[in-house]
Amino acid sequence: MNTVAEPRATPPQGRAKLADREGVLAPLFLLPAVLYIIALVGIPLLLALAFAFSDVTVGDPSFDWVGFRNFDAIFDDPVFWRSLRNTVVFTVISMALTIVLAKALAMILIADFRFKWVVRFLVLLPWTTPIALAAVAWLWMLDSVYSPIDWVLRSIGLSESNVYWLGKDTLAMASVIAVHTWRIVPLAAVIILAGLISIPNDIKDAADIDGAGFWRKLFEITLPLTLPVIAVATLFGAVLTFTDMSVVYILTRGGPENATQVLPSYAFLKGIGSGDLAQGAAIALFLFPLLLAAAVAILRSVKKMETF
Amino acid sequence: MAQPSPSGERHDGPAPALAVELRGLKKTYHGDVVAVDGVDIETGEGEYLVLLGPSGCGKTTLLRTIAGLEEATEGEVLIGGNVVNGLPPRARQVAMVFQSYALYPHKSVLQNIAFPLKAEKMSKDERERKAGWAAELLGIERLLSRKPRQLSGGERQRVALARALVREPSVFLLDEPLSNLDAKLRALARDELKQFQERVGTTTIYVTHDQAEAMGLGDRIAVMYEGKVRQIGPPREVYEDPADTFVATFLGAPPMNLVRRGDHLVGFRPENLLPAELVSGNGDRVTASLDIARIEYLSGDRHIYGTLTGIGEETRVIARLPATITTPLEDGDKRDFAIHERDLRFFDAESGKQTAAQPARA
Repeated sequence: MNTVAEPRATPPQGRAKLADREGVLAPLFLLPAVLYIIALVGIPLLLALAFAFSDVTVGDPSFDWVGFRNFDAIFDDPVFWRSLRNTVVFTVISMALTIVLAKALAMILIADFRFKWVVRFLVLLPWTTPIALAAVAWLWMLDSVYSPIDWVLRSIGLSESNVYWLGKDTLAMASVIAVHTWRIVPLAAVIILAGLISIPNDIKDAADIDGAGFWRKLFEITLPLTLPVIAVATLFGAVLTFTDMSVVYILTRGGPENATQVLPSYAFLKGIGSGDLAQGAAIALFLFPLLLAAAVAILRSVKKMETF
Repeated sequence: MAQPSPSGERHDGPAPALAVELRGLKKTYHGDVVAVDGVDIETGEGEYLVLLGPSGCGKTTLLRTIAGLEEATEGEVLIGGNVVNGLPPRARQVAMVFQSYALYPHKSVLQNIAFPLKAEKMSKDERERKAGWAAELLGIERLLSRKPRQLSGGERQRVALARALVREPSVFLLDEPLSNLDAKLRALARDELKQFQERVGTTTIYVTHDQAEAMGLGDRIAVMYEGKVRQIGPPREVYEDPADTFVATFLGAPPMNLVRRGDHLVGFRPENLLPAELVSGNGDRVTASLDIARIEYLSGDRHIYGTLTGIGEETRVIARLPATITTPLEDGDKRDFAIHERDLRFFDAESGKQTAAQPARA
């Protein structure tokens, strides 16, 4: 038996296939995403810019340049200022709550215990529920007559009558913030969890050996090391909150008396509800510089993460 | 500094202080994976003890159990004569250097070194003075304001040592601290590590899989395999008088030759198998015939691979001739080689344990 390998007689053959040509593949694979962004983000953005300086309405879509008239109008509109303030309050408070709760939740999720997967599954559930369904469920939970929360409060003697969660200014805002936080915490927790997992075990062990207790480890080791990740989670959350109107729209429609009106819901109300597309566009444009700043901040945090 | 009792013999008078003592230590995971399987070790004050073994032998788990990062399943850990089972690491007065050094990446070198003192609630001035002292001892004063990512591997290792030293712990635990350095730096760092320990005189337990490190650093070596300590003793004793065939073949490069004879194995180190004419004496040597298959020339030494007949069963063995022996040898030669009887070791073929000397010839 001859076990020595014969040298291969045939020369290398065949030619580069399409799958080997990166110069062709790269643009080809990017194309759908680029088309999608142009069609659904780029064009609407340019349209919004154009509409903001026009008198386009649903009834009269012809384009006439009107300069800054729409902006003058919304600056004179107290509801616009209230919406802007509400948007900031809504975003800042729900983000602050989200970060604290998500960090605590992430620390629970990283701990090793029995039935960990059940808990992880339950924690993620709010995020996977379609927002419309979740908000409708909360609408019932916060109902002025049938609210089970009221019922519990009444039966343990903490409340005499119904609370009217969505009927009073501050309570309505608190309810909207609570529901939105409930919805966004799981996502933030999972992002922060990923950050916690990426801290090498040796570093946690070294902190134990070096005598650091729970709070010192939290504030001197885990928080600084996960700060870039937390920043990304916060900024994503802020963008999602800032542009979100689903919770507000389903729970309160901006009420009572515009107490929970936010910029996106007000833009929708003006532009689609009352048909004044030009004013709606002008209101929505106020989101743009703030979102741009958030995007820059996100990119910076990501860059900082790479330097560790 | 009190002289350690490296051989572990009993002295007359009061027993020397034991820095670390392990009694019947056992560690299992998930109830059935045994990582450490009944280890008893005593280390004297100021002793340099090396835990040596292949990966997965339980040496790192043992070290982590001493540190308090793992809880013993059974048995006791004593530090300075007190049982520390159940105590968290911070209460154990131990310092540890990790294989990855585990420096805090967001803190400067100074902050890294001072961190353990901060946890002791020492004042800022005192902390910085002490961190400066530790940094000076390791020659890294000029790096104090840098971040870990701006340091070379060797510098990181010194920072990790300074951080361990700064608390003046009663025990240093080092987990393969040299394995992340390149080969050239490693030899240098090994020498520095030894000098450093001699200067500070702190009891050190050092984990490694590298036998050169173990031989070079340890006052005593504990050879571990499958969760058990196979032998513990000074480097020379462990090398020359291995307790079993595992220790015999794990130590030494190339390892000890083992030749089967009846129900025994005859062991001898490659450097003791020499051309017969170079082994003096007649009655106290064993000669055998070596069929040379291959010769490797390695930095002056010659490693001779061949088949040995005449001691026991025909076996592939390795002989190592130092550069000073110039006897001409060729592939395919059949030559008489000999071993001094004092260099022969005997092991039970069944259990692998060393036994008393056997008759030289079957």
